[in-house]
Amino acid sequence: MQSLTYKFNYDNPENIILSFKGRMDISTAPSLLAKLPRLIKSKKIPSLTINFSEVTYFDDYGALVLFELKNTIANLKFINVSNNINDVLNIVNFNKIEKKPSLKKYRSFNIFVRMGESLLENALSVKYFISFIGGVILSLIYVFFRPKSLRYNDMITCMEKTGVEAIPIVGLISFLLGLIMAFMSSLQLKQFGANIYVASLVALAMVSELGPIMTAIIVAGRSGSAFAAEIGTMKISEEIDALYIMGFDTTLFLAVPRILGTVIVVPVLTLFSDVFAIAGGLVIGVTMLDLSATSYISQTLNSLSLFEVIWGLIKSAVFAFIIAWVGCLRGFETKGGAAGVGNAATSAVVTSIFLIILFDSIFAVIRSYW
Amino acid sequence: MENNIICIKNLIAGYDNDVILNNISFDIIKGEIFIVLGTSGCGKSTLLRHMIGLDKPISGSIIINDVDITACSDSEFQKTLKKIGVLFQGSALFGSMTVGENVALPIMEYSNLPKNVIDDLVKMKLYMVGLENYENHYPSEISGGMKKRAGLARALALNPEIVFLDEPSAGLDPVISAEIDELILYINQRIGTTMVIVTHELQSIFTLAKRVIMLDKRKKGIIAEGDPKFLKDKSDNPFVRQFFNREARA
Repeated sequence: MQSLTYKFNYDNPENIILSFKGRMDISTAPSLLAKLPRLIKSKKIPSLTINFSEVTYFDDYGALVLFELKNTIANLKFINVSNNINDVLNIVNFNKIEKKPSLKKYRSFNIFVRMGESLLENALSVKYFISFIGGVILSLIYVFFRPKSLRYNDMITCMEKTGVEAIPIVGLISFLLGLIMAFMSSLQLKQFGANIYVASLVALAMVSELGPIMTAIIVAGRSGSAFAAEIGTMKISEEIDALYIMGFDTTLFLAVPRILGTVIVVPVLTLFSDVFAIAGGLVIGVTMLDLSATSYISQTLNSLSLFEVIWGLIKSAVFAFIIAWVGCLRGFETKGGAAGVGNAATSAVVTSIFLIILFDSIFAVIRSYW
Repeated sequence: MENNIICIKNLIAGYDNDVILNNISFDIIKGEIFIVLGTSGCGKSTLLRHMIGLDKPISGSIIINDVDITACSDSEFQKTLKKIGVLFQGSALFGSMTVGENVALPIMEYSNLPKNVIDDLVKMKLYMVGLENYENHYPSEISGGMKKRAGLARALALNPEIVFLDEPSAGLDPVISAEIDELILYINQRIGTTMVIVTHELQSIFTLAKRVIMLDKRKKGIIAEGDPKFLKDKSDNPFVRQFFNREARA
């Protein structure tokens, strides 16, 4: 263990000498800093001379000890300072370094200023929000007239990741949801002998409302966040700048294949979700409600119209557009480093879910005036 | 030898049984600046990753301060890690923390210094690397050269015995490269830190090193060892002379 000893020489009360012996480094600095400044303060030493003649090693932790002593005593002098110690003191800017908190970035505490700042920030973000949707629509029109400009490989990869790979989780969640709905509704309907309407309830609720919403929420969590993280990482590693410089339209290159791919697969996923939920209901109907599979299925088919199914699919296509659009938007907005990517992914999921619910309410209003 | 701080013995390294370095051995002496060089893809970074324990070798031993990091216990390995600092090629600063917080992180974790004293130390460390007054900037707000210097300040935070530097001056302008070289020399001379540098910047090699090893992709091992100034003119291997004289292959 490296050691350091120190000794005060009080022979001349006007000029007390503190001599160090040994190493002044990371191993000895913490204990010195814990004792010395307090000792000097308690003894009210007005001026101090530090003798380095027996210091065998000195690094910036040694300089740190001296700096803290300098802030405790008004008059501090050094004697027997070797060239090496002098050099270390110079490379840490010992004589000019100031004991004051570093300049914090300006941040006003005035509530009106903060509100104004936040309003401006949000206004700018809304502007980008709208300009991005404009960019996406223009790119989609461009793709419509020049289908060759679409990156089909990227779109198919996106469809596979967003659609095919999501089938197990969407299926499982929908199956359980159908099961729960059938079970809970049967508790009430049983009392009126209306068991058969469990089939209608599960089918209608899933096809027109819960199927599209549940699927959209799962896709927002799985793929919307993935789009934001992927594009966000590309943004911070300058890949998007590289695309721009090479003359690619970044929206066309990155956003359009994802948006189109998602809009194509999410309605299909929604159909899967509907079928799995009805299967869940069927299990409860057959095992607990004394219904036959045939009667359950025929009641389901009777209660559904083609319009309901298509309405649900249109909704899910709109939700898919929202998820992919918001995911890409948040990706393009990413700033900073790893934390920025995390924020983009979180924000993509939260914004998508909010917009999904908002648009679902709009659909409900439209439906009620249909 | 007692003076050796790192000993590499019969190291075979690679990934998924694809051998990149075949049976190499060398020693690094305490307090020296030692440079590992070679053309792209020769295994410099692989060697560095093995020396700092990020990858396990296929066989052989890596002894740092008398501890074989390929065979020691986790606690011994953790102790050894405290004696080394690493400057990564991309600086690896934490983006969610300011430059000051990045440098303060290891000091807060591994020393008993009070918070206000750590602030002063961080100021000193940042001044040392020429980043005075940048404590409150985030890594995304500073240039590549500044990030390298901040990374160096973080690697030096606890004054480790050995600092590994992966391409410390790659991508920097000549003035900043020269300043970083000067800083490395200064810290090596004044504080006595052993520096292990992976680079192929000739100017830095001649300025900094007394001893280098040169790796080769085809031989999967060391093709030259010694003083770069000597190897430049007097190496037996024509490829080594070409490398040091910056000549194209015939």
